[in-house]
Amino acid sequence: MTAHIDKSGPFTHAASSVRKTMWTVALALAPATLFDLWLFGWPAILLFAVTLGASLAIEAGCLAAQGKSLDALNDGSVVLTGWLLAMSLPPWAPWWIGVIGAVFAVCLAKHLFGGLGQNVFNPAMVGRVALLVSFPVQMTTWIAPHPLFAAGAPDLAASIGIVFGHAANLDSVSAASALGYVKTELTRGTPVFQAVQHVSGLKDMLLGLRPGSMGETSAVLVLAGGLFLMARRIISWHIPVAVLGALFAMGTLFNGIDPARYANGVFHLVSGASFLGAFFIATDYVTSPVSKRGQLVYGAGIGVLTWVIRTFAGYPEGMAFAVLLMNALTPIIDHHIRPRTFGRTRKGEPLPIKGES
Amino acid sequence: MKLFPVRGGVHPDYRKERTAECAIEAMPMPARLCIPLQQHIGAPAEPLVAEGERVRKGQTLAHSQGALSAPVHAPTSGRIAAITEITAPHPSALPLLTIVLESDGLDEWADLPPPIPDPLSAPPEAIRARVAEAGIVGMGGATFPSAVKLGLGTNHKLDVLVLNGAECEPYLTCDDRVMREHADEVIDGARIMAHALGAPRIVVAIESNKPQALEAMARAASAFADTDVVGVPVQYPMGSERHLTQAVTGRETPARKLTADVGVVVHNVGTARAVHHAVRFGRPLLSRVVTVSGGAIAHAKNVDVPLGTMVSELMAFCGGLAAPVQRLVNGGPMMGQPLPTPEVPVIKGTCGILALVPSETNEHRTEPCIRCGSCVTYCPCGLVPVEMAAFIRKDDLDAAARIGVMDCVSCGSCSYVCPSHIPLVHYFNYAKGSLNAQDRDRRKQSRIKEQAQVHTERIEKQAQAKREAAAAAAAARKAQQQTETNADDRASA
Repeated sequence: MTAHIDKSGPFTHAASSVRKTMWTVALALAPATLFDLWLFGWPAILLFAVTLGASLAIEAGCLAAQGKSLDALNDGSVVLTGWLLAMSLPPWAPWWIGVIGAVFAVCLAKHLFGGLGQNVFNPAMVGRVALLVSFPVQMTTWIAPHPLFAAGAPDLAASIGIVFGHAANLDSVSAASALGYVKTELTRGTPVFQAVQHVSGLKDMLLGLRPGSMGETSAVLVLAGGLFLMARRIISWHIPVAVLGALFAMGTLFNGIDPARYANGVFHLVSGASFLGAFFIATDYVTSPVSKRGQLVYGAGIGVLTWVIRTFAGYPEGMAFAVLLMNALTPIIDHHIRPRTFGRTRKGEPLPIKGES
Repeated sequence: MKLFPVRGGVHPDYRKERTAECAIEAMPMPARLCIPLQQHIGAPAEPLVAEGERVRKGQTLAHSQGALSAPVHAPTSGRIAAITEITAPHPSALPLLTIVLESDGLDEWADLPPPIPDPLSAPPEAIRARVAEAGIVGMGGATFPSAVKLGLGTNHKLDVLVLNGAECEPYLTCDDRVMREHADEVIDGARIMAHALGAPRIVVAIESNKPQALEAMARAASAFADTDVVGVPVQYPMGSERHLTQAVTGRETPARKLTADVGVVVHNVGTARAVHHAVRFGRPLLSRVVTVSGGAIAHAKNVDVPLGTMVSELMAFCGGLAAPVQRLVNGGPMMGQPLPTPEVPVIKGTCGILALVPSETNEHRTEPCIRCGSCVTYCPCGLVPVEMAAFIRKDDLDAAARIGVMDCVSCGSCSYVCPSHIPLVHYFNYAKGSLNAQDRDRRKQSRIKEQAQVHTERIEKQAQAKREAAAAAAAARKAQQQTETNADDRASA
């Protein structure tokens, strides 16, 4: 008997794999997704399917073009990219929004950078931001919830018309998202504290019974999914707590200074994509720092930038931009913030021995 | 006793239950033993016997060479069949000079050195000399000559001897069994070692997944006020010298220093027992307890194996193979080394022989790194394995060294958790090997350069001296001539 030797140990391995990680994240997203698909009905289901299908097809095309094995389709990473992209779209957007978003996300943001693990920017957010900048009308046409099978909800045939048809007139059903409404009202001179009172109540915001993208409208279920990921040790608390903490702190601080100009911390937490961003977008492994302290800096940066963009920039929601900006800083954070090596000072010098100078 | 937290680490599947309740069995003496001259860190031993010579059990076959070395002894009586090269129990499968001993079946003892009377008041040098003579090396697998380590008390002020019974590697139960079955011998050996080191206190550290060993050791130590037995958390790599020191004393050993620099010396429990035998009975190290386990082994056991026994014979003693082996490992599955073949001998550092099947190794194709950061979170040394591996892939070893690859202890926690199944430790071992080779090369180069310069200077000096002598001679000749000319002039005048 001769055993083959091709590597050093260990010769045992945890039951972890890329696939398992990705599918666990997908599982954590499932409740929020199912709820949102129900909430926005057939058009949302169709758009979700189109976005996911397009992402898979583009991934397959990119792999084939590079002569790589199509096995990589199984790793679940592209499913997650397509899934998160779909969650960030207006639920009744036309089909080509999903397809173009998938091209940006999978082909440009992921494969042109070298494929899985090599991308600098979060693919789903690249897709969303590219769409938002290129097609602002379609990307900001929010609709009020039309739960599946409820009165007034479009049936399958009508939904096909909405998603695949031409210029479906959505004006009759469109509505502003909470962040958008507050921003618009502010430009009209309505103080924020008044505008906030006109948007849905806190409970409806948390449950998601309000207009918004799919991922924006199920804070409680997204939170539950995030806690599940923490329990399974797929993500740690550092990034979500830093993102939400910084966002809440900025909101509370400035609301205390001028309530007429700045929305409060709780409003910032429950509106927009705060929870989805904190638990599922910012925690993307590839584009976030590897050390825990680095993750705190990164998360806090996202929280602060999100608040800045929501408060001062032209866009009502800033999570996607904030994530991309901090993605760009990830290599620098990783370079400068490292764990302290055993037996060394933070500067890398060996620890001094007591009694010696 | 207060314990201190240690960074990182993993909780592998321990799989110790298969052998934890198996009492140590003595292996019947094989007909042939292959005793390599190098079973330790340092210089190989130098043979004292010739082919054909008859030797008795316990007789020194080869004596140690230089300050860092250890002798080897005959595990039984018989005839030296050959002094030849055999395959080393090492992944390289390089040849290793080995004494082949054919047993005569008599197991007749040689004259052993007398026991040291009252070792706890004997001079430390006498203990060290006896430990050196007995060929004892670190039995936890490191195989560092124990006598050298027992000398650390001469230039360090030590206050604790930590006896390492953590046995944090999965599968291995040899230390567990030694502690359960021979607690008194281990404690006695530890007390002798503490005396040799000048350490006033002993802490026996055992991972708390070994309650029987904890109990047996606590009972054996109960008579001694200066000896504590503590259960340390089950957290791989708790048995790492530096990490165990930190867990027990809270002291962090500075990089590139020894634990002795913070007042602590760590010895393995098996080593303590060997010291007991050497000091109390004059018996050299002739056998060791080995855990034979893994899914492919028919009857997993803890076996007291004569050194030099072939692994194949040891496996046969354990019922042979019940399934095809994927990995044959010398030591534990985390830090053990793969064996090229079972036709290699058991040596002083062999704590386990594992024949692992695919369901245990759980090996998969390497996938791209997804930067999950698990390796960073679990690294007990506070390193960034993902980044070091990236540098090493580009063969930028200096960059990897700058971020600490030489501080890596190769514990394998990073490879163990990596969801992409990247063989990170393989990268680091490669880098460490290459960097050490480069360092040796550089030192050699600078020595050659220095010598060359000395040579040139010497030649130059000689030439200078010659020139000066020639010039002096010429001047003298000239002066002579001058005088003569002058004399002539005067004469002619």
